Amino acid sequence: MALSRVASPSPLNLLNPLSSYLSLRRRSLSSLSTEPLTVDTSLPFTTHRCDEPSRAVETSAAELFSFFRNMTLMRRMEIAADSLYKAKLIRGFCHLYDGQEAVAVGMEAAITRKDCIITAYRDHCTFLSRGGTLIEVFAELMGRRDGCSKGKGGSMHFYRKEGGFYGGHGIVGAQVPLGCGLAFAQKYSKDETVTFSLYGDGAANQGQLFEALNISALWDLPSIFVCENNHYGMGTAEWRAAKSPAYYKRGDYAPGLKDYGIAALPLSSLLLWQFLLLVDGMDVLAVKQACKFAKEFALKNGPIILEMDTYRYHGHSMSDPGSTYRTRDEISGVRQERDPIERVRKLLLVHEISTEKELKVIE
Amino acid sequence: MSTKFGRLVSLVYKRRFSTSTSIQKGGSEQGVKSLNLCSAINQALHIALDSDPRSYVFGEDVSFGGVFRCTTGLADQFGKNRVFNTPLCEQGIVGFGIGLAAMGNRAIAEIQFADYIFPAFDQASYLPWLGLIVNEAAKFRYRSGNQFNCGGLTIRTPYGAVGHGGHYHSQSPEAFFCHVPGIKVVIPRSPRQAKGLLLSCIRDPNPIVFFEPKWLYRLAVEEVPEDDYMLPLSEAEVIREGSDVTLVGWGAQLSIMEQACTDAEKEGISCELIDLKTLIPWDKEKVEASVNKTGRLLVSHEAPITGGFGAEISASIVERCFSRILDAIKSTVKY
Repeated sequence: MALSRVASPSPLNLLNPLSSYLSLRRRSLSSLSTEPLTVDTSLPFTTHRCDEPSRAVETSAAELFSFFRNMTLMRRMEIAADSLYKAKLIRGFCHLYDGQEAVAVGMEAAITRKDCIITAYRDHCTFLSRGGTLIEVFAELMGRRDGCSKGKGGSMHFYRKEGGFYGGHGIVGAQVPLGCGLAFAQKYSKDETVTFSLYGDGAANQGQLFEALNISALWDLPSIFVCENNHYGMGTAEWRAAKSPAYYKRGDYAPGLKDYGIAALPLSSLLLWQFLLLVDGMDVLAVKQACKFAKEFALKNGPIILEMDTYRYHGHSMSDPGSTYRTRDEISGVRQERDPIERVRKLLLVHEISTEKELKVIE
Repeated sequence: MSTKFGRLVSLVYKRRFSTSTSIQKGGSEQGVKSLNLCSAINQALHIALDSDPRSYVFGEDVSFGGVFRCTTGLADQFGKNRVFNTPLCEQGIVGFGIGLAAMGNRAIAEIQFADYIFPAFDQASYLPWLGLIVNEAAKFRYRSGNQFNCGGLTIRTPYGAVGHGGHYHSQSPEAFFCHVPGIKVVIPRSPRQAKGLLLSCIRDPNPIVFFEPKWLYRLAVEEVPEDDYMLPLSEAEVIREGSDVTLVGWGAQLSIMEQACTDAEKEGISCELIDLKTLIPWDKEKVEASVNKTGRLLVSHEAPITGGFGAEISASIVERCFSRILDAIKSTVKY
């Protein structure tokens, strides 16, 4: 195994998370209750032209525990990738997902593997949530044959066909029209599944996104647009890049255009939207509830946009320290107040599902 | 000899659009029908939709038959769920097609004019997978380690001058796509070729850009077999044998080159004419064999000379036949 060859002589102990993962797997979930447990989302949903999903999310002790475990695993995996990159064992481009884990985990909890997910290049954790393994992740990152794309794709191009994971795309926004094609195929075959097309707040300003939204709405495709808003398109804050940073309302701001002298645009083409939902993307239960709602909604009514308010702790990519366009206080503030893993930790402790010590062991 | 060769180049230059062909009606033999190129394409699409229930035809106005009437009758026969109009958004059309093909379907997209394909250029690179043409279509298979591909995607698009199209309805952008690894580029010269090649493209496990010579839609008429047949890709065809010079071309330009060959013959120059048919990956062996025989090569295409595909052919043949080449290779352009 290429991976173990690299790992064993390493004095840096880079693959620490891997060993903790193995010890995790030894823990049995069967002792945990699957009895329904209702927890309220921390913030209300903001909606636009659709009903508000209930804030009371049905979950269970076992599910909360698995959320904690999976998000911790993802966080550790990304930190290991960061170390491996700095040790020059991973080369090329690499974009890390830490901070945004709740989106991948919450979404997976609401859907099945027959539903499709397509995303951009920040794809490591989505691959994991779709059933990928750490071995496949690190082998791919290091360009090895055992990687999920046989080492040909690298960090930006993870795929998992059997898990309905359609990648892994390098051009900002270009995966979104592909998602329309996937959703069309699903609708045509009447298999009652949906496609989640993920993109960032930076990609939300791409022209092709509007083409994709229009096509999906026109043909009532079971297409769910998920804007993972981490508030920075590379190094540019959202307010510097978008006239309307309310991404969940995108397409519905045509009257605003008028004020800026672009009234000649065909307003009807922008006003056809769409049903939209703003979600706290740092709350895994809120994400789960929103995705569940969106799937039911999309199968009945066609496309819906979910905006996940989230945050990435790392810079845009490995060449971005992530500290030149935002303050360290901002980052540490989010870590202290909104961290998705800490939120689940609190829930596990409040409901006496786990002890502080047990959770430390997992980490 | 070099004077003669120079005159041949000028003959190719001077030819304007031929208007001599008239449309013939009615087929004689059974199973063969006299068709124009547009009807041949239409027949190929009928066969493609009929023979594979997972195939779809879509594009701007295609359910009404399209601006060139190539898709006439398809929506009536196969229903609006398989033959449908898209909004006017080329990038969206190709991206959508890539997604559809990635799910194991045959997506046959129409870009109304090759001149409009540039917004879809990014998606074209996905074509090897799904990516939009250049980034998405072309590389999908490779970067996913062959888990996914958009091989079921064929993009049909009319190219070339018709004499009155102006800047945005007359271009020949084939060379742009030839530069992208992972896409095949195919251009037919006649109705019979168009039908057989289009069916091969639709069924080929790679994303393909299929350029249709719009000048020939109504003008070119020939006997076309009515059954389902395919012509091999990446196989050039010697359509006229000769010994003094090899002429290589594709698409509508061949009819002009054919005329040039006839004119040259009157002056005692024996020309060998080759239709490349598939530009990427192209049949180097056939061209090489011919140049080894004649010792001269002339490539002619409608697209601009600089950075054109003719330069690629010249370079490859110089590399392969250097010692055999008696005279400089020349490329020419039709105005």
